[in-house]
Amino acid sequence: MKPNPARPYWITTLLLALGLVLSLAVGSVFLSPAMLWDALRSRLGGLDLGPEVRTAAAILLDLRLPRTLLVALTGAALSGSGAAYQGLFRNPLADPYLIGVASGAGLGAVAAMSLRWPYTTIGLLAIPMAAFGGAVLSVLIVYQLARVGKAIPSSNLILAGVAISSLATALTSFLMLSGEGEVRRALVWMLGGASMSGWGPVLGVLPYVGIGLTVLILTGHALNVLQVGDEQARQLGLPVERARRIILAAASLTTAAAVAFSGIIGFVGLIVPHIIRLIWGGDYRRLLPLAMIGGAALLLFADIVARVLLAPQEVPLGIITALLGAPFFLWVLRRSRQQNLW
Amino acid sequence: MLDVQSISVNYDQRRALREVSFQLQPGEILGIIGPNGAGKTTLVRALSGVLSLAAGHITVEGRDLGRMSEMERAQQMAVVPQARNLPGAFTVWEMVLLGRTPHLGWLGSLSPRDEEIAHQAMLRTDTLELAERRIGELSGGEQQRVLMARALAQSAPILLMDEPTTHLDLQYQVALMDLTRSLVEREKLAVLVCLHDLNLVARYAHRVALLVGGVLQAIGTPAEVLTAERLSQVYHVPLQAIPVPGGPPVIVPE
Repeated sequence: MKPNPARPYWITTLLLALGLVLSLAVGSVFLSPAMLWDALRSRLGGLDLGPEVRTAAAILLDLRLPRTLLVALTGAALSGSGAAYQGLFRNPLADPYLIGVASGAGLGAVAAMSLRWPYTTIGLLAIPMAAFGGAVLSVLIVYQLARVGKAIPSSNLILAGVAISSLATALTSFLMLSGEGEVRRALVWMLGGASMSGWGPVLGVLPYVGIGLTVLILTGHALNVLQVGDEQARQLGLPVERARRIILAAASLTTAAAVAFSGIIGFVGLIVPHIIRLIWGGDYRRLLPLAMIGGAALLLFADIVARVLLAPQEVPLGIITALLGAPFFLWVLRRSRQQNLW
Repeated sequence: MLDVQSISVNYDQRRALREVSFQLQPGEILGIIGPNGAGKTTLVRALSGVLSLAAGHITVEGRDLGRMSEMERAQQMAVVPQARNLPGAFTVWEMVLLGRTPHLGWLGSLSPRDEEIAHQAMLRTDTLELAERRIGELSGGEQQRVLMARALAQSAPILLMDEPTTHLDLQYQVALMDLTRSLVEREKLAVLVCLHDLNLVARYAHRVALLVGGVLQAIGTPAEVLTAERLSQVYHVPLQAIPVPGGPPVIVPE
């Protein structure tokens, strides 16, 4: 009767592994699995297997591997924090992008960048903190605007999110245009794309996303209890205010770090948790890690599409996820009105 | 065991409870009655720490409730709320296990003992066969029984019930109150139950408290409190008590 509890993990991890390998293999130059293996061996083992392998090793280790890791971390971050926001707001539409957190983080990041572009390591680490500030500020404003008593109706949440998002985007554009040069680069970054190169961003995003996602996984039980509403959660013995603050901080930190290094990529945090909830139910202790693995996989596939669709030109990743996510969003919106089964 | 000392509570910018005092002993069912808006739900919220007190004290076994953490309080007191706005995606089993929250750490890791206690709670409330169903698929009455199972899984000596029979079919109203009474007798639980149905109160409660406009107007045995004269006045409708052999009188409109 009971399904094997490890199976969801196997399935999502398999998808992630496939995404990782494809992401390393596909691009302007196709690297076969055998070539990937040779390249890895030559670089790590210090073997010289000829010029072809040397080139492959350079492409793999200096370009594709860091990009692949950044995309995977970003996907995990956006999807994990999306699942957490949904639990926090008790609303299936709470995606970091739709509720304005991502745009707020973007504003924070651009504000920091307009002071000094991230050419230094300190700069790389400071930008996520500025993005974190922007993210927390916008989520608090959206929460206050959307709340009616204790409930947060979907329509209010989305409207408040759109309003704050527009404001933050406008301010971000203003900052970018008033800055010197760099406009194109910043714009590309905003759409979620090619600023991802080299190992710097990976190392910059890793500590924040690592901490944020670990904390979120640990709050799975608290999120479960919160689903019965604040009043019952308190009666069940959960310190509601403290739990909310921790979850909000961890989700916003994760989103902020993702945005700071990968730009604004929407809908991942909506699509993945929703699908997982549909298939494997709403237990956050399982949902959160699965959403993270699944989010990493989905964004890797989206990134592969972004690379090959108009090759040799790249389509910004945010455009791919929006093309995928907007119809999905409308479907969820329809569905969440019809039934209480999220 | 539960000692409520002259508590006042403000809600929606008005005084919803005014200097309410009573005690609740183990092995006792105290029925709370009163017209809509009398403060019954506010009382449950105040006792369970959801609303803060404007004045007065509540102690459990001599310990001030206001000084307990959420977890300590939930170990002493379980609430059966009205079944509304429950998360539809949860299974019944998951929902009942939430009752173990005050006995778990932050991670919510469950021991076999926790699962056994939840299992027992479902057995008693006749919800075991619903275990794998999702909450959103259940009827209001089934949801109410699941909430009762969750409260029992909390293993608290005090049980607060807010209109638990409202959504139930007659057979389950009687079953739920029979279950409550047997728990009170066997395990010496202390139960406070808000009820609409005056006859259900008369039949099951050891004592009855009448709340009107946030004030405790009367408290005592059903025979003392549930008089036709008093209730007619409170509910603004003429009522009569019809004697029934071997039981409390039945109260019906004239």
